[in-house]
Amino acid sequence: MDRPGLAVRRESLGRSLSRTQAAALEFRQVSYRIGSTLILDNLNFRLEAGRTLVLLGRSGSGKTTALKMLNGLVFPTAGEVLVDGVPTTQWDLIQLRRGIGYVIQEVGLFPHFTVGENVGLVPRLERWPPQRIAARTAELLDQVGLDPARFLHRYPRQLSGGQRQRVGVARALAADPKVLLFDEPFGALDPVTRLELQDQFLALRDRVRKTSIFVTHDVREALRLGTEIALLDRGRLEVLTTPEEFPNSSGPEARAFLSTL
Amino acid sequence: MISSFLWQEMARLTGEHFLLVLVSMAIAAAAGLPLGVLLTRRASLRTPVLGFANVMQTIPSLALFGFLIPIPFIGGIGKRTAIVALVLYALLPILRNTLAGILGVDPAVRESAIAMGMTARQLLWQVELPLAAPTIIAGVRIATVTTIGTATIAAAIGGGGLGVFIFRGIASVDTTQILAGAIPAALLALLSDGGFSWVERRFAHS
Repeated sequence: MDRPGLAVRRESLGRSLSRTQAAALEFRQVSYRIGSTLILDNLNFRLEAGRTLVLLGRSGSGKTTALKMLNGLVFPTAGEVLVDGVPTTQWDLIQLRRGIGYVIQEVGLFPHFTVGENVGLVPRLERWPPQRIAARTAELLDQVGLDPARFLHRYPRQLSGGQRQRVGVARALAADPKVLLFDEPFGALDPVTRLELQDQFLALRDRVRKTSIFVTHDVREALRLGTEIALLDRGRLEVLTTPEEFPNSSGPEARAFLSTL
Repeated sequence: MISSFLWQEMARLTGEHFLLVLVSMAIAAAAGLPLGVLLTRRASLRTPVLGFANVMQTIPSLALFGFLIPIPFIGGIGKRTAIVALVLYALLPILRNTLAGILGVDPAVRESAIAMGMTARQLLWQVELPLAAPTIIAGVRIATVTTIGTATIAAAIGGGGLGVFIFRGIASVDTTQILAGAIPAALLALLSDGGFSWVERRFAHS
């Protein structure tokens, strides 16, 4: 079984933390509990640098919680999440977050900033010189298919849903992060725009080579975008496989998702 | 009919009234804005602090001025006591609107800001305060307009201001005197209301 970049860790003994070997992202026996409710149940997986993992699952399966553990918005109640070999609890959270792009369904653009100011935010926080921020902002808007001359000075309220989401993606890419996190970013868009943005995501992925985690409940989207698919069922990892092999999965939740195709 | 002496006194008392309001509002804002921000961070403080400010509002204004007179340091006769009372009145709208403005920021925007690596200070100054600004300014506006009216009662405890005319007018059944106090006070209130609504519009983003 040769699956480059995919390794389900069943043991974590004797693991070296050397930079060259370190997986970009790793969950080690991660559980998350609120009161008596178990949101995540002993999650174990590793994602090599440059790969795209799709976290697939129903609402309430824990996929968003798992995603938020990577940029330290949520911490495991048991186990640890490693980014670049270092547990999130030991990262300087500001540094960790500035190195991770984050795109959510609600987009969360700053309504009082122009498109340009939104995209240039992290570079500004990182104190890039203004000319470099301006050049980067224009380059990124171009990359996501928005003409900088037309959109740079608009406010988010003057954009359509699809345009907003493009700005959200450009903003996440701005400071050239190592990791990109997507939380159902295209869920609220019409099917045609969604397809366009999925294509753009694939084109971007081939060009910029980031380690990405993409949360969705849409099995088609998972099959299109992932280099690996992790299926979560009520906080447990039912299967972790490739898009090619996913249709052969025999688990009950996998069959349920495949029946929607 | 209106003597030049009355005009002069009107100018003087209007100035005094304005100063009374200005000082009270400056103190109320300087205390209320940070306290309001603190309340957004510490939910456990909300009930006691807002409860205190609420109770202050329910005390009839004339009674509050009276209550303060026997209290050492902040009480007594004169401007200081009047300012303390006016500050206590102005606190509630400022606190409540600061809290509502910041808590009203779209959770997705707040989460994005945190996820992009903003520090707590950057989140407050670059995202929360600018987005809450119209609501916060509306709170200061309501407080100011109310304070201009309430400040007429300051004269009852020797605090001066346009209330001097009104109380004198009532005592001597002299409508001219009452109007000499009431009209400038109403104009002050209208002017500041207009000014604040202009500022409010300038800060509105959506």
